[in-house]
Amino acid sequence: MTAEFLSANHAAATAAALAGRANASARGFGGGVYPITPQSECIELLCKMDFTGPDGRSRGEIVRVESEHSAMAVCIGMAQAGVRTFTASSSNGLAYMTENVFAAAMYRLPIVMMAVNRTLGPPWNIWVDHGDTLMLRDSGWMQFYCEDNQEVLDTILFTYRLAEDRRVLLPALVCQDAFVLSHTMMMTEVPELEQVERFLPLLDLPHRLTHEPVTVGGMDFPHETEIHRHQHAAAMAAVPAVYRECQDAFEECFGRRPADAVEPYRMDDADTVIVSMGTMASTVRAVIDAARERGEKVGALRVRMFRPFPDAELTDLLAGAKRVAVLDRDISLGKGGVLWSELRGAEPRDCLVQNYVIGLGGGDVRPHDIQNLLDDLRGRDEVSAPRLMEVAP
Amino acid sequence: MRDGDVGSSRLEMTEHATCDGPECLLGGMAQTAADRPEPLLRAGNTNCGGCGMSVALNLLSHAIGTQHRIQMVIPACCGIVTAGPYPYSNYGAPVLACTFASTAAVATGLARAAQMNGESTRVVAWAGDGGTYDIGMATLSAAAERNEDVLYICYDNEIYGNTGGQRSSATPTGARTTTTPGGKVHHKKDILGIMAAHRIPLAASISLAHPGDAVAKMERALALEGFRFLHVLAPCPTGWKSEPADGIELIRMAVRAGLFPVCQVEDGRRWTIDVQPTFSRTDLAQYFELQGRFRGTALDIEQVARQIEEHWSELRALAAPRG
Repeated sequence: MTAEFLSANHAAATAAALAGRANASARGFGGGVYPITPQSECIELLCKMDFTGPDGRSRGEIVRVESEHSAMAVCIGMAQAGVRTFTASSSNGLAYMTENVFAAAMYRLPIVMMAVNRTLGPPWNIWVDHGDTLMLRDSGWMQFYCEDNQEVLDTILFTYRLAEDRRVLLPALVCQDAFVLSHTMMMTEVPELEQVERFLPLLDLPHRLTHEPVTVGGMDFPHETEIHRHQHAAAMAAVPAVYRECQDAFEECFGRRPADAVEPYRMDDADTVIVSMGTMASTVRAVIDAARERGEKVGALRVRMFRPFPDAELTDLLAGAKRVAVLDRDISLGKGGVLWSELRGAEPRDCLVQNYVIGLGGGDVRPHDIQNLLDDLRGRDEVSAPRLMEVAP
Repeated sequence: MRDGDVGSSRLEMTEHATCDGPECLLGGMAQTAADRPEPLLRAGNTNCGGCGMSVALNLLSHAIGTQHRIQMVIPACCGIVTAGPYPYSNYGAPVLACTFASTAAVATGLARAAQMNGESTRVVAWAGDGGTYDIGMATLSAAAERNEDVLYICYDNEIYGNTGGQRSSATPTGARTTTTPGGKVHHKKDILGIMAAHRIPLAASISLAHPGDAVAKMERALALEGFRFLHVLAPCPTGWKSEPADGIELIRMAVRAGLFPVCQVEDGRRWTIDVQPTFSRTDLAQYFELQGRFRGTALDIEQVARQIEEHWSELRALAAPRG
């Protein structure tokens, strides 16, 4: 293990390359790649990586394609042939890729994709907003939202093991905030290849396309689709248990434990709770610390795993809550925040849950912005429609 | 199969030659003992009678023989309906069914995986004109530019057949479709010229009425490395409003009239004419008359004849021996 000064984009590429090399003695590694701000540095680094095997043969094929749609298509072809695959995208790139994002999940291929969360345009805005990946909520992929660069690196390694587990066999999307993480350098522990090899079993895809004359992804009649969706749903339902096994294995191999699906902060006796995703959670924690100093019973939850949605964990963690603020760096127009609308129902009876849409388009959410909404939450007699906050420029 | 005969076609047929012997049953379409254990297109498929794509699949089956192991990539099109519903498959080879615009990219993935793992699998992308000329064009162009080790075969029925017969950019001028009820105004895209411009190892057109030439080219395309493109004009009785039994004759007329040039381009530069047309005006007239899609539209046969002349003067210049 060495400590390196890495941006989250480079942390992601480093993790993908390690996972790829760890599969060299199986069917190798690869993927289609296409640039988009603020993700490009990730695939640029990947294109500089050397995947030559000990016998001089390539054990990694990074295909420079002409679009995100084809980037995922190449991943699909390779993954269906049993290769460990990776790609990265962001924002409108994900929107363009969407058809094949769904397809990858329907084929039940354990592809891992890093997404830098960026505002969808036009008008063009390159800063953070979670609306791009939340648009893929129903695509059948697992989704994880990271808070720092170490978590990006760790989650990519972690999700390969989770995705390739035979009880799961689902693709995984590892999300990180544009610029706040993607272009910010942090000291990051980079494991040795031997550790990664110990953590990640070789990929042996049970439904790999061989020379058996089968058609993969052909036509379904309604009853077959019912069964296929049922199986897909069952795989999603299997994730939380496998997730915990992966946490144990990760801790054993790397000496640090990845966070739970929902990460609690100072939740003991907390009656007021702020729920968020991504890097806003760090700011929230600073506000919680200050409020605790004043003797207020406040805590925070960070939703790290968004798909499958951690309903059970949230229900447990919110059992003592009286007031909950759900922070959304996204908006489902005509409804409100996506995290808020998903979370509702996990709160106990008589608990007030208020949605705050904040930091859209990369608006800098500072501690006083969080404090303002905490004050708003405390002063409420009843909930209102989602509040669309503006943060100071 | 053909011991000591690798690289040459088993179907040594000229345009009108008759062929004896079990290998040439039904003009080379029948499955024989010398062939692969099962045909690429299995019996019991539900394709329309007279489907040109089915004939092309049978020719491909012969070309593959027992010499190659293939994996196919087929987008959403008639070619994937051919496979039949899950869990059945009417293909005697593994097929990965992909999204409409992704054929060449998914095939890239399979081909790179095979290369990386030292496998001799030949990856065959099989797509219609909609998936090739239109929605799949960017992906196709990119895979050709990267010279991926993929054999891409376009069965061109000049229509979005699977969705009920809408115009594509392969639909010829004057053809009536459900979205060009008065007949198409615009030209058919020159796909062979486009693909040749990518300077790929082989771009060629294939006539279903010339199985000897067709199978020989398919065999060569299967054996070559890099990106190979084959264009097959595939009659679609449903869309062409023609008699199913007339399909192969229609193709023969199109070739004779010079409407469908049968040629090949190596490395984008060396053009060869494989079948010399007679430029018969009778064939040209009959080709249009036998298809309901041209009936009552503003099709101008004289203009088509002039376009054929122009196109052939260009082709002859391209195919002329160089000093």
